Amino acid sequence: MDAIRNMDKTTRSNLITYGMVIVAFAVMQGLSSIGAIGSSTKGLLIPICAYISLGISLNLVVGISGELSLGHAGFMSVGAFTGVVVSSLLSGVVANGALRFLLASLAAGGAAALAGVLVGVPVMRLQGDYLAIVTLAFGEIIKNLLNNLWLGWDSEGLHVSMRNANDLSLEAGGKILINGPQGATGIERLSTFTFGFLLIIFTLIVVLNLVNSRSGRAIMAVRDNRIAAESVGISTTKYRLMAFVVSAALAGMAGALYAMNYSSIVPKKFDFNTSINILVFVVLGGMGNIRGGIISATLLTVLPEKLRFLGDLRMLIYAVVLIMVMLVSNNRALQATLQSVVERVRRRRDDDDLVLDAEKGGDA
Amino acid sequence: MGLLTNVINGVSLGSVYAIIALGYTMVYGIAKMLNFAHGDIIMVGGYLCFCAVQYLGLPPLVGVVLACAGCTCLGIVIERLAYKPLREAPSLAVLITAIGVSYFLQNSALLIWKSDPKVFPSVVKLPTLSFFGGQLNVSPLSIVTVLTCIAVMVGLTLFTQRTKMGKAMRACSEDKGAAQLMGIDVNATISMVFAIGSGLAAIAGVLLCSAYPTLMPTTGSLPGIKAFTAAVFGGIGSIPGAMLGGILLGIIEIFAKAYIGTELADAIVFGVLIVVLLVRPAGLLGTFVPEKV
Amino acid sequence: MARNEGTYKAQSAAAGEGQARAGVPKRASQATKMVPLPTDSLIPERDQGQTILECRHLGIDFGGLHAVEDFNFTVGKTEIAGLIGPNGAGKTTVFNLLTKVYQPTRGAIILDGIDTANMTTPQVAQAGIARTFQNIRLFDSLTVEENVRIGLHNQVKCGMWSGIFRLPRHWLAEKEFHDRALELLDVFGMADQAGAVAGSLPYGAQRRLEIVRALATAPKLLLLDEPAAGMNPSETAELMENIRKIRDDFQIAIMLIEHDMDLVMGVCEGIAVLNFGKIIAKGTPEQIQANPQVIEAYLGKQETDDAALRGKGRRYQ
Repeated sequence: MDAIRNMDKTTRSNLITYGMVIVAFAVMQGLSSIGAIGSSTKGLLIPICAYISLGISLNLVVGISGELSLGHAGFMSVGAFTGVVVSSLLSGVVANGALRFLLASLAAGGAAALAGVLVGVPVMRLQGDYLAIVTLAFGEIIKNLLNNLWLGWDSEGLHVSMRNANDLSLEAGGKILINGPQGATGIERLSTFTFGFLLIIFTLIVVLNLVNSRSGRAIMAVRDNRIAAESVGISTTKYRLMAFVVSAALAGMAGALYAMNYSSIVPKKFDFNTSINILVFVVLGGMGNIRGGIISATLLTVLPEKLRFLGDLRMLIYAVVLIMVMLVSNNRALQATLQSVVERVRRRRDDDDLVLDAEKGGDA
Repeated sequence: MGLLTNVINGVSLGSVYAIIALGYTMVYGIAKMLNFAHGDIIMVGGYLCFCAVQYLGLPPLVGVVLACAGCTCLGIVIERLAYKPLREAPSLAVLITAIGVSYFLQNSALLIWKSDPKVFPSVVKLPTLSFFGGQLNVSPLSIVTVLTCIAVMVGLTLFTQRTKMGKAMRACSEDKGAAQLMGIDVNATISMVFAIGSGLAAIAGVLLCSAYPTLMPTTGSLPGIKAFTAAVFGGIGSIPGAMLGGILLGIIEIFAKAYIGTELADAIVFGVLIVVLLVRPAGLLGTFVPEKV
Repeated sequence: MARNEGTYKAQSAAAGEGQARAGVPKRASQATKMVPLPTDSLIPERDQGQTILECRHLGIDFGGLHAVEDFNFTVGKTEIAGLIGPNGAGKTTVFNLLTKVYQPTRGAIILDGIDTANMTTPQVAQAGIARTFQNIRLFDSLTVEENVRIGLHNQVKCGMWSGIFRLPRHWLAEKEFHDRALELLDVFGMADQAGAVAGSLPYGAQRRLEIVRALATAPKLLLLDEPAAGMNPSETAELMENIRKIRDDFQIAIMLIEHDMDLVMGVCEGIAVLNFGKIIAKGTPEQIQANPQVIEAYLGKQETDDAALRGKGRRYQ
């Protein structure tokens, strides 16, 4: 009986998460249709969707699989550039924008998954902080390689170079798709808020369903106790890799959504700091807590934009808030102090109520 | 001669990485945390020295001492305020706090010194040394850097092996609980490690800014990450490992820049790190401790 | 096959000594008849020709130290075997070798006729060895039922895609996981705790859950590493019953490491005594209790007191 109640609890929690996303989408759609949202907020909607998806996918690695990944932006960039290139190559073939977006996203997910396998196979031999460093290193390598990648297209097909644009030797009508450090330009802006919403839902389905399945339990078993998991016949490498690759694929799709929201995109955007920002969403939202991650990704994307008037102070405040949140949420002494303050306030209020009651009693 | 020049430049750059990596490795050894704010201490050190020399007109050596003292205090304050309350917290919380501290330092520097790059005055004012009739030129800064690095290494080794504080430090990295039972003040020891690491970071900052004389609030980030890589490369937690890792990393970076291309140098540095970790999962001089069943 | 338990007196087998003495605890009167093998090992008569585990000259070195050396031991298909010895004798190391947490330096491990050389821990687990740990290793943040479901991982198959896209296979598998998990928990009367978080269970329940989880892998050989550690005498007595019950219900072999001599002498049929990585004695509980080398290993040379080894309720650490 308890097991059924417990399953219900998970299902209920998941339904709340889906509901929250759907309601938020409906409200934002409603507000924007009556013109109640400014253009600056509107411009944030798609990046927020991308960051939420990135947060959810990173949660699969950090929260569910228990590995620290510091290179999530690397997979995002693989997806971003793949998506842009594929949508650009398909522009003459597939007329329908939505279909082109879908195909580009799938390609982006596939490419990022491939990158995930390439990175994951060696990385999964390592553990703990060493694994974290290697993901960081891979993130930097991916950024560095994309910074040195030129990709062009003409009637003869694709041209690739690691030197410069001239080295592509494109014919007259050829198009440069990726231009080294300048990245991709002239991107057709296919991303819409609805696509962003659908991507979040898709990401949620994949992650939540995976977690509550045989494979997901194996992933969590490896997280909780690697040796015990092996002792019951679970291959730790397989399931750590599964979480890593699924997460990479989802990050790639989010990257494609993000990139196709802008007319140009540079590799430098997807650096260590971006990886860290996504990690902060996950940690502030609570490790393994998908809903918390969604909320923190939204707040941490919106607030910095809304606080632009603070200028240089803005990031300083962000830093202080980040440190304070970590201290308060992880230090027992601080928590106890806070709790006693809250209790004192509550008791005083209770006392006031008593006094009020007494007065009332006196009146009666 | 090109080869020799590259080796000298590599060792010189590597010495800077090694000095920074020592800070990372000592902090990791004792507090088991990835102190991502360490790179930004380098930047603060650079700015302190810059201010002392440029605005106060002090001699460079005094500037270095001031920077060192300032960063030492900064290191202790950061440890007390941000890291000490998290001694029992999950490592990810400490990591995020360290990143918060890193942002805090960068953005404080942005407020104080603005974002425009400052041209750092060289602290070493000696003529360039020429050998083989001008075929091989060695900048005096390189020599000073390498000598500093050797001095730091020897000093630290003597400190950890011979002094009471140094032994306390090693005891704490082995087992904090046992060290405490033996009467070692664990908190004081950890503070001291942060102090030493930060002081070294200041020295590294001055040397780095002298070699690449632009100073910005983000100056410390990339060298920080690379030095961190160096620490892992050599075996994080190991002092000789940090030294070896730093110098090898410097040489690899300079050679990659010279023979493959400036743009791909970072990818190669990180690639080498990955290969090394795959062959030796605990770094060159680190020891892999399997989980006890 | 006929079970011969409880009907035979202890008889001299390999070494030709160690007949039941006066003062041997009552439980020994239920001793199984053990028969010698061509090697120097014994197995219960009912398991003749059916060994589940055979270790041949097994050994491992740590640095220069021979942590386990020339370990020869055979376990019958339904035997309850014991591995005892002073602390640091290498008992847990033997379990770690059997489950490939460590790869042996020398020798062979034959599980049900298959050489496990070059197998990894998960492969050995799939081949039929399950274990519990001296320091409990549960999946602390997951529920009791989820712990058992993870134990059932290789018994019920369902791929990643079925799980992600909730294909019919997933729902079938989940139903089977649930039913079988509750069935297994019922063996220890833990079905009503299925929804509790494993890490929050009391110590004794955690130990029981670890055994259930191991059983979920449908093992041929169950290794129990100090199952009675931290238990009081009544819990230990219950555990003894449970160990026999598991063997009877599941018809598997059990090998246990234990310091509680009441438990070891009470349930084990064949016992090996390990000291400094080497087997110093093998035999039935009676033979072991009478063996002067064993007494010496436990108590030291001067104070030879074989009565102490047979003492009731005492633990030799």
